[in-house]
Amino acid sequence: MTTPSAAPKTLFDKLWDAHVVWHEEPQPALLYIDLHLIHEVTTPQAFEGLRLAGRKVRRTDLTFGTVDHNVPTVKADRFNILDPIASQQMTSLRQNCAEFGIHLADVGAVEQGIVHVIGPELGLTLPGKTVVCGDSHTSTHGAFGALAIGIGTSEVEHVLATQTLQQNRPKSMLVNVLGALPEGVTAKDLALGIIHQIGTDGGTGHAIEYRGQAIGALSMDGRMTLCNLSIESGARSGMIAPDETTFAYIKGRKYAPKGEQWDRAVAYWRTLPSDPGAHFDRVVDFDASALQPWVTWGTSPGMSAPVTGSAPRPEDGKNEIEKLSITRALEYMDIAPGQPLTALSVDRVFIGSCTNGRLEDLRNAARVIKGHHVSSHVQMLVVPGSEAVKKLAESEGLDRIFLDAGAEWREPGCSMCLGMNPDILSPGQRCAATSNRNFEGRQGRGGRTHLVSPAMAAAAAVAGHFTDVRDWDYKE
Amino acid sequence: MQPMRTHRGQVIPLDLANVDTDQIIPKQFLKRIERTGYGPFLFNDWRFDGDGNPKPNFVMNREPFKHGSILLAGKNFGCGSSREHAPWALMDAGILVVIAPSFADIFHSNSAINGLLTVALPQAQMDELFAKVAASPKYELTVNVETLTVSDDSGWSAKFPLDSFRQHCLLNGLDQIGITEQKEQFIKDYEARPARY
Repeated sequence: MTTPSAAPKTLFDKLWDAHVVWHEEPQPALLYIDLHLIHEVTTPQAFEGLRLAGRKVRRTDLTFGTVDHNVPTVKADRFNILDPIASQQMTSLRQNCAEFGIHLADVGAVEQGIVHVIGPELGLTLPGKTVVCGDSHTSTHGAFGALAIGIGTSEVEHVLATQTLQQNRPKSMLVNVLGALPEGVTAKDLALGIIHQIGTDGGTGHAIEYRGQAIGALSMDGRMTLCNLSIESGARSGMIAPDETTFAYIKGRKYAPKGEQWDRAVAYWRTLPSDPGAHFDRVVDFDASALQPWVTWGTSPGMSAPVTGSAPRPEDGKNEIEKLSITRALEYMDIAPGQPLTALSVDRVFIGSCTNGRLEDLRNAARVIKGHHVSSHVQMLVVPGSEAVKKLAESEGLDRIFLDAGAEWREPGCSMCLGMNPDILSPGQRCAATSNRNFEGRQGRGGRTHLVSPAMAAAAAVAGHFTDVRDWDYKE
Repeated sequence: MQPMRTHRGQVIPLDLANVDTDQIIPKQFLKRIERTGYGPFLFNDWRFDGDGNPKPNFVMNREPFKHGSILLAGKNFGCGSSREHAPWALMDAGILVVIAPSFADIFHSNSAINGLLTVALPQAQMDELFAKVAASPKYELTVNVETLTVSDDSGWSAKFPLDSFRQHCLLNGLDQIGITEQKEQFIKDYEARPARY
């Protein structure tokens, strides 16, 4: 339980205080970790470190593994990986999980999927927990009112060995979202809008709490999209207080509490939201009511504009560094200064990732694309975030809608978000992507990535260029 | 990790903001299962063309910067992915200190664990350093972890912040897990607490 105290506490304060194992200034606090998700890319060196030091995994029951980053999304390739190094990395995770006694949701298993999709859908991610994973998008799990922190490989090793993490307490930041999201504007647009306002380092050193009418109205899938992108504003953690929407999502999930324990859990979770008057180190207001569908034009998630807008001109930069950044980004992206975003034609469309690879995302894209056809010069990939998402989508016939429109319906994995698997852009290709990073070369060397919502991506696939999905001709 | 008390080295000016970890070490090199050997791939897409030939205009391909060990960069250095391969690649390429106005959180902690020193200086002092290296490319700095100062031979010097625990770990090359294992009884006590529900 949280310790009784006169001072009102934030959600973050409660999560932090409940997990401090030990703390003495000036050392960092030692935090207990309730859930450790692991995958193939950031763990091999951690297990090797354990072996060299003769250490064991302290809590195999709190550790859960899957493969996602390297997994091919074409069915025939999944069990016969051509890239020998990727294959070795996956084999190494299998051996490590077997050797140390960790549950692994391997390729083909019903639980397999992107770590940040399966944690929540299996009921592993719960309010009040501390969640870590060797992946920066671990912030996703904060959508449940959990303290979720992305960590590096040495920290993975540290958590495996001790079930704790050394952390300096971050500052707290409230992003107060005012008003409701307009029709056709989604959690993705909200996240990109917030990053645009506060900057890609606006959240550095902070744990963010998102609050407001528009946040309460978001589904869990939408909340996960928003919290997922916290790291793109520099915040290692982003969170939303648990409410009835949260509880309804969790109830009945495989590893969620059941029966009387469920009732006790919900009673505890209801104590977690920030107390009235709790102090935040920084408060930012964001107006959601005027938000439009958002498109990134540059090579950093903060380089973005409404779809009705244009790319900037170098002289729009506030200082020399910004001017240089704009020049470089426009050059890399092959965009003319001041070019309207709807004038940009796309070669590829990617729907998926830990940001937008959940059922609601696929539904939003399918609703747009239904009855239309993907433009003749566009290749479109739809990659469900997990086996469970895939199965549910297929039970609703979403796969047929995508296939009938000329898109490819793939197997679950990280796919084109980071191109560690065969799904990559060719040099010079332009992609409308529902993922999280538009960094140079992220989706393949020389590739040009524009971050958008699933509905905006689907509309771009049909139109062959970016278009305002609020004007879409739905054929339902 | 290796202890560090002082380090003197050639400065490499990389005047870009938001240098992300995808640029520091592109994803195609993350599939290895070792901690070492990433140096040749540091800044791969900026350093080499598609055929693997060095791009002559990239700073690390030019004299005297190719022998540098102290990287100067713009704000929010190391943003993006949590890949620890980023500090591994920098250190494997001989870079032991990065000086920038600010660092992304995960990169910052990954660096601290590995003994890569991140020095945050105000933009005005960064501008001075970039100007000095532009004026005389064979420019060396000395970083002192005991006094938390960075200085050059002309008498220029600046203090930089580093929390005393990180300073202690870097000066002594301490292993993080070893430190935590000394708190074993506290971890056991925590685990023995009654369940929250």
